[in-house]
Amino acid sequence: MKIENWKLKIKRVIRTGFFNFWRNGTVSLASVLVMTVTLLVVGSLSFFNAILDTSLAELQNKIDINVTFVTTAEETDILNIKHSLESLPEVLLVTYTSREEALTAFKERHANDQSILAALEELGENPLGATLNIKARDPSQYGSVAEFLESDDTLSSGKITVIDHVNYFQNKTAIDRLTKIINSADTLGLALTAFLIIVSILIAFNTIRLTIYIAREEISVMRLVGASTSYIQGPFVILGILYGLTAAGVTLLGFLAITYWLGSVMASFLPNFNLFSYYLRHFLEIALIIIVSGVVIGGFSSILAIRKYLKI
Amino acid sequence: MIVFDRVSKVYPDSSVALEEISLSIEPKEFVSIVGPSGAGKTTLLKLFLAEERPTQGTVFYEAVNVHSLDKKAINDFRRKVGMVFQDFRLLSNKTVYENIAFTMEAAGRTDEEIETDVPHVLELVDLMPKIWNFPRELSGGEKQRVAIARALVNEPDIIIADEPTGNLDPANTYDVVQILKKINDLGRTVILTTHNKGIIDSLHKRVVAMERGKIVRDDKVGKYDV
Repeated sequence: MKIENWKLKIKRVIRTGFFNFWRNGTVSLASVLVMTVTLLVVGSLSFFNAILDTSLAELQNKIDINVTFVTTAEETDILNIKHSLESLPEVLLVTYTSREEALTAFKERHANDQSILAALEELGENPLGATLNIKARDPSQYGSVAEFLESDDTLSSGKITVIDHVNYFQNKTAIDRLTKIINSADTLGLALTAFLIIVSILIAFNTIRLTIYIAREEISVMRLVGASTSYIQGPFVILGILYGLTAAGVTLLGFLAITYWLGSVMASFLPNFNLFSYYLRHFLEIALIIIVSGVVIGGFSSILAIRKYLKI
Repeated sequence: MIVFDRVSKVYPDSSVALEEISLSIEPKEFVSIVGPSGAGKTTLLKLFLAEERPTQGTVFYEAVNVHSLDKKAINDFRRKVGMVFQDFRLLSNKTVYENIAFTMEAAGRTDEEIETDVPHVLELVDLMPKIWNFPRELSGGEKQRVAIARALVNEPDIIIADEPTGNLDPANTYDVVQILKKINDLGRTVILTTHNKGIIDSLHKRVVAMERGKIVRDDKVGKYDV
């Protein structure tokens, strides 16, 4: 009997929630639209992070150190330095380019420039030194790698310096600045999205509070005919959840169009990243975040907003 | 039996709404409470329904202090009282049927009971043809009859009508009063507050007159004028 009662109650609460959603069409439309904006902001966090991560990864890929050796340096000395570099925990990858390879690459690069090729021919011998290209695990670690290269033992072989130049010292300012920008972009982005999310949740909460304010008279009537708290509150919670679910649906469809459009717009400056295919790849994950956010924001706003009118 | 025992109500702005009111109402009685605006009629009803707490004194219903009840017991108690208001207070986004069904749902009645009782009570107030209309599609008199049907449907022991004819024309006022009389004849306590002299004089029932928070007169078969 008790369980039957509960079932009946839940059935009625859900039915009333749906009725209220449908019958207050304009109010529902407004609430769903506001909620959609909120969920668009919440969802954008995921895209914003993906774009930021990809651009940062691309930027970081472009930072490296090139060590150019003098032409007389022995290959074994260079390989020794390469080994000791590789043993450093900060170093991710060291690529060795021999003098011959450097020459071939140079010739290829200037295949259309006859004067340079002729000058090279005139010289008779290979003027290019071998190079080591070093990539660190983190941009901030290039400094210590460069310091390591500066220390006497590695720079020289038998008191004769084998390193011609290290381009870190020429690029140092640029690298430092880039490192700073990358770090602050990360924090700034996070703070900005957190702020936007809080603002839009407050707006959604206020909208729902308004719809309940409109119904305050009815709530007091319900109270006076002896309706229990859960029986009055229930339909409003269902209403809030329905706003959230509908808004989540609209948001997910909206992102389909937005990412499709942005995907082609952004192709020029982020060639390796397509927002649309990112969205499709992570659809389940993003859909889950948006649907759960919608339901939680809608449901909780209702519970909080209605409490004020239940005191009678 | 309803008993107000030396009940006072002072609002936070120290305006005195009720001063040492003692009043008892027998079961099946028809009591009209009259008096100018601000005399304390509505406050008296609010105290009875536990919408407000008295500053002093006690309100009893069947020997139970209504202000000592917990939330759930207050809900059960309110279901024994049918309320009719001057401004009808119907739920605007529900049809006539749903407005009345809602009260029954809140009382935990089954769908079968609701399906038989709602048409029955609407016949009693002569509104069957409007069963699927929304309140905005009804006249004032029709709205008040829906409100009465809603108050009646849970078969309450008491009907409280707070200025039920305040917004109605004479013809509708007459109808509403006749319905209230019929309800009283069927064995329910009716408490009516009103300004309307004509109603009181035609009723030939008990009249309690209030002024500035005090009872100034209590006649078994009363008239409006002092």
